[in-house]
Amino acid sequence: MKKLINRPEDVVREALAGVALAHADLVKVHTGPDYIVRADAPVRGKVGIVSGGGSGHEPMHGGFVGSGMLDAACPGEVFTSPTPDPILAATKAVDGGAGVLHIVKNYTGDVMNFEMAAELAEAEGIAVDAVVIDDDVAVRDSLYTAGRRGVGATVLAEKICGAAAEQRRPLDEVAGLCRRVNAQARSMGVALTSCTTPMAGKPTFDLGTDEIEVGVGIHGEPGRERRPLATAHNVVETLASAIVEDLSFSAGDSVLAFVNGLGGTPLMELYIVYNELHAFLESRGVTITRDLVGSYMTSLDMAGCSVTLLRLDDELTGLWDAPVRTPALRWGV
Amino acid sequence: MSGTITHASTVAWLRAFAEVAAERRDELTELDAAIGDADHGVNMDRGMQAVVAGLDDPGEADGATPPSIGTLLKAVGMTLVSTVGGAAGPLYGTLFLRMAGAAGDRTELTLPEWAAALDAGVAGVQARGKAELDDKTMVDALRPAAAELAAAAAEDAPLADALRRSAAAARRGMEATIPLVARKGRASYLGERSAGHQDPGATSSWLLLDAAARTLTGDDDGGAGGL
Repeated sequence: MKKLINRPEDVVREALAGVALAHADLVKVHTGPDYIVRADAPVRGKVGIVSGGGSGHEPMHGGFVGSGMLDAACPGEVFTSPTPDPILAATKAVDGGAGVLHIVKNYTGDVMNFEMAAELAEAEGIAVDAVVIDDDVAVRDSLYTAGRRGVGATVLAEKICGAAAEQRRPLDEVAGLCRRVNAQARSMGVALTSCTTPMAGKPTFDLGTDEIEVGVGIHGEPGRERRPLATAHNVVETLASAIVEDLSFSAGDSVLAFVNGLGGTPLMELYIVYNELHAFLESRGVTITRDLVGSYMTSLDMAGCSVTLLRLDDELTGLWDAPVRTPALRWGV
Repeated sequence: MSGTITHASTVAWLRAFAEVAAERRDELTELDAAIGDADHGVNMDRGMQAVVAGLDDPGEADGATPPSIGTLLKAVGMTLVSTVGGAAGPLYGTLFLRMAGAAGDRTELTLPEWAAALDAGVAGVQARGKAELDDKTMVDALRPAAAELAAAAAEDAPLADALRRSAAAARRGMEATIPLVARKGRASYLGERSAGHQDPGATSSWLLLDAAARTLTGDDDGGAGGL
């Protein structure tokens, strides 16, 4: 293992300390229990938005805390859900009297810990709604599994809901938008290499030098199939075909195309992927009207990428364009 | 009346489970490595160590009023929720919190009352995890154990016999998870590949009920808690 760390058991705490120092104008980092919160929280009269999950996916979620996106993020240990106590503390810290939305990725631990935190918050008189994101088409048989995993659509939902909350829309509307984003978005990823967690010190799974894992999860969970390395053209066709087979995007549709790096892939390759994706969609009459290209939801040092498509309408487009000011996403301000 | 469960015997149960969770830590983690994320033993050991640290803390014990079993179980549940993490934290936390609710402020529980508390706890686990029997989860050990305890209570069986029957039912349920295909939790992503492995959660649940059979009758070293 080659990593710029001190002791493996200290990585999350030391990274949070760095975030606090680097982005003191935007966020505050609370320790014991650990959460990252907007510097001006709670914002009176605004729905608070809290997300969280295991660490190792930076900048998600802590990098999305700030005006126009999340009010707080709860980082767990690497690839491990946070416990209910930091989620409860973050929920209380961002409650401005209009209720709090929890945006939760569909992993068993995350769902249960957020559920317990929501029950505890409600017992203290805070209105909480929770939306579970499950956009990963790689998991097919959802009736007999824990269901589809939450991946790229989470970033888009956090941005869009954050904008709606900033407009002082009520909790039920913000939650409704979140469900709409989840319903209209699909994703799939591919790994070129495994990731290595600091505590394990060795790759999570073995992948031959000329193999790729299609449909990989963001913690290195197995995907649909392992196959020989192919061209960017072929890989994008595989990912995008799986997405449009699952949710039909038809000619005339406008979409937000999100090409996400998993941590170990250069931006240059992500743009090559975006170029292929553009051609794939254009040949089907689907127009990319908004895009996001970069590493926003990573899996430590895994090489690879994920593709997310979100069908847009005027309302979602307007909310996507609204100002956002966070450590990792910033425009319009 | 064929024996009751006391605050002291409940403390002895928790200590016995903490001991066995530490002893079997690597075994539980290896079971989890096969079909999950290789942290179950480490997480349960960490959580039960925190529980035992709470038992050792004199805290509110002023000796004037005997502490209630509900208060004890609630503290255990909250500790597990905040220290175990993953999915096991909320699930074991919910088990103890719901048992605490059913036990209330009583300082002694009869077999039917204990059976009702376990049943409430298991119902809580099922509600939290949305798991049914045969999903290859801890429910496969807990549900038959609660049913057997209730059956023994209905037959007015002696407490020690009832607890032994309940632990045996948990063990059978645990062993029966081996051929199952997981339908909940991270193991479910493996599909057919999850068959042939014993479920780690069902295993720790059996250890919990086996510890109960050894301690809750109060005639093991159950009086040693001293609280």
